[in-house]
Amino acid sequence: MKITLGTKILGKNEQFALQNRRLFRGRGILCLNVISSPGSGKTTLLARTIEDLKGKLRCGVIEGDIKTDLDAQRIRATGAPAVQIETEGACHLSAQQVSGALSELPLDSLDVVFIENVGNLVCPSAFDLGEGARAVLLSVPEGDDKPAKYPATFAGASVVLINKIDLLEHISFDIDRALKDLRCVNPDASAFQVSAISGDGMRTWYDWLIARRDATKK
Amino acid sequence: MHETAVAQGLVQAILEHARKLDRRPLNAKISCGQFNTLNDEIFQFAFAAAAEETACSNMRIDIVHIPLRAACSACSDVFDFSLQNPLCPKCGADDYHFQPDAPIILEEIEFEDKNNRGIVE
Repeated sequence: MKITLGTKILGKNEQFALQNRRLFRGRGILCLNVISSPGSGKTTLLARTIEDLKGKLRCGVIEGDIKTDLDAQRIRATGAPAVQIETEGACHLSAQQVSGALSELPLDSLDVVFIENVGNLVCPSAFDLGEGARAVLLSVPEGDDKPAKYPATFAGASVVLINKIDLLEHISFDIDRALKDLRCVNPDASAFQVSAISGDGMRTWYDWLIARRDATKK
Repeated sequence: MHETAVAQGLVQAILEHARKLDRRPLNAKISCGQFNTLNDEIFQFAFAAAAEETACSNMRIDIVHIPLRAACSACSDVFDFSLQNPLCPKCGADDYHFQPDAPIILEEIEFEDKNNRGIVE
């Protein structure tokens, strides 16, 4: 006996993702799922973004790590609210985890919720968290071949940030190659070259973020 | 790896149908895209682990990989996209837009014909 179904296997995650997405849309909040390898500079970039945009964007952060709340502490030091999810071994966040964390954020006073996903260039791309957009970070020390090697992750990005450009004088990194490979898997993504340490290029990222947030509120 | 989460989800979905029908599942077919993809070998291993000591143990899982389709912006041809050759096969343009990648889907389940009368767990 055979039955035909056509149902999504990750349906449970998708249900929570839909719930999260409706919550964000209902409140006019831009939710950005931030994905990258460990050590690419996600937390530093978010902390700087929050500091530089104080008075313009009210930001909250959901942090995902296997262990510790070190990143949440760094975000809270900026004055922004942060909720830490310790996955205890899971290599990605799930929409259900995000749903639980949202209840701990002061959503009525936020314009943007960043979800800093577990450092991993593979698994997070498979799990919709209910975000409005995905930001993928690629840092100069990781090498320029990552968009080609990890197409699924870069294909899902609304914006790609090439971070740590302050190291270009010390490390061989072909920006044109990285952008060409990115365009192959994602012709529509915006791409910016930034340094969260020096501040170079961050203004273009901020303009994109503010415009995206304004579009969310309409 | 996400194969584990997918395998656990698949086992739960199959068991739910098996309980409703009160029949032992034999085989299932799933499909996935190119970006929403599964590694066959890893998935089979993950499924075997997730299915252990359940009615899904010893099931055969067939995985169908659905090509990613792209539409050429120059000539409007729709083609199966290849990362190794990211050009329109008709006009050679490198300007295209992807159609939605196929999600991971449970397509069908085959069950034993004989009713198990409450044996399925």
